[in-house]
Amino acid sequence: MLETFNFRVIFEYMPFFLKCFTATLWLSGVGLVGALAVGTLACAMRISGSKLLSTAAGVYIESIRSTPLLVQIYFFYFGLPSLGIMVTEEITGVVALSLNSGAYIAEILRAGVQSIPFGQIEASLSSGLSYFQRMRYIVFPQALGVTIPPMLGQAIVLVKDSALLSLIAVTELTRAGQIMTSERFMPAEGFFTSAVFYLVIYFMLKSLAGWSEKRLIFRESR
Amino acid sequence: MWKNYLTRLVQSLPFFITGLWMTIAVSAISLAAGTLIGFFLGILRTRPNRLFRYLIGAWVDVIRGTPFLVQIFIVFFILPEFGIHLDAFPAAILALTNLGACFICEIVAAGIRSVPWGQKEAASSSGLTEWQQLRYVVMPQAMRTILPSLVGQYVLLIKDSSVVSVIGVTDVTRVGWLTVQRIPHGLMVFGLVGLLYFIICYPLIRLSNLLEKKMAKGTR
Repeated sequence: MLETFNFRVIFEYMPFFLKCFTATLWLSGVGLVGALAVGTLACAMRISGSKLLSTAAGVYIESIRSTPLLVQIYFFYFGLPSLGIMVTEEITGVVALSLNSGAYIAEILRAGVQSIPFGQIEASLSSGLSYFQRMRYIVFPQALGVTIPPMLGQAIVLVKDSALLSLIAVTELTRAGQIMTSERFMPAEGFFTSAVFYLVIYFMLKSLAGWSEKRLIFRESR
Repeated sequence: MWKNYLTRLVQSLPFFITGLWMTIAVSAISLAAGTLIGFFLGILRTRPNRLFRYLIGAWVDVIRGTPFLVQIFIVFFILPEFGIHLDAFPAAILALTNLGACFICEIVAAGIRSVPWGQKEAASSSGLTEWQQLRYVVMPQAMRTILPSLVGQYVLLIKDSSVVSVIGVTDVTRVGWLTVQRIPHGLMVFGLVGLLYFIICYPLIRLSNLLEKKMAKGTR
């Protein structure tokens, strides 16, 4: 039973957990920035007129969405060395995370762009707005409301997904739980502490998503 | 060199098929159980009873806020401390069912809330019982929103089932992990694993998109 639940050990390991908490934040943060770059590029390719670019982006998005992240991580972790590319586990992990989330972000962005009826662009053109004004007052406010909430949802998924990096020996929150389990044989203390830290990130992002949903949706007319 | 690897990979193909069956078995059992529990919780969540609403909401938040990997470690390593000793397979089913139930509960609750309140009032003033209202008025309309997301959620759960490989369930991901120790060509081995997942998941993604279009058409 958990009568022996040992808070003292948790406090003893707290500096280590905090270090791993920052590591998780870093990995997810860098992964998110990478995913935004990849996603924007893939989305631009997908909606570009070129058939070649659009097919290439389509293949990328569908193959990422149809395979598990864990398989993708292993693919890079075991696959890059056989191509002669030797990088650290952290870099492999962040690349895998970025490519994975990038596919989902590309779809979110596409939905955002396509949510603006073409008539609005035409109307703003005929009202004599400049390109900048059109973007600033017509396209951006509407696309933002459609894009930001699912984007924050994807950020939540990304943080949780970064737990899988512990399986390729990246030191982050889940790995901290594993290390505590193997050093002290205290799985309950280790994994519950990890879970609490994840929940802290989750609730922050969730309340941000809730706020943005209320604040940013630019009046839905349909 | 890689030709040699390829021949050996083809030779171990039956092993991959066994793993694929395990993936399908784990996913199918947990999806079926998760759907049942998820619908039950989802309906319960939209009832006026506050206690149920908050309890289910809190549990869903805890499950959605923590990585599945941590959940599976908790089921596998911590339940024994409460005297519940589970093998890898039942532990995987338990964790995945719980995850599925939580996500499906949210989908069902959102679907039920999307049905206009007037419909329920009309049904109630026509003298339908609570159960009849749900069965004949609310659910058929809610399914419009629920069905496409439900199929999309199945895809996510099948993909999440790859994580159970870490506690020793020999699913297709674990087969890949075991094979790569003997055939050191990660691109080839995990390319094959990815392909096997793709064969299952891609048709489901297409189905989800199709349903979404079809349901959207029906509303107009």
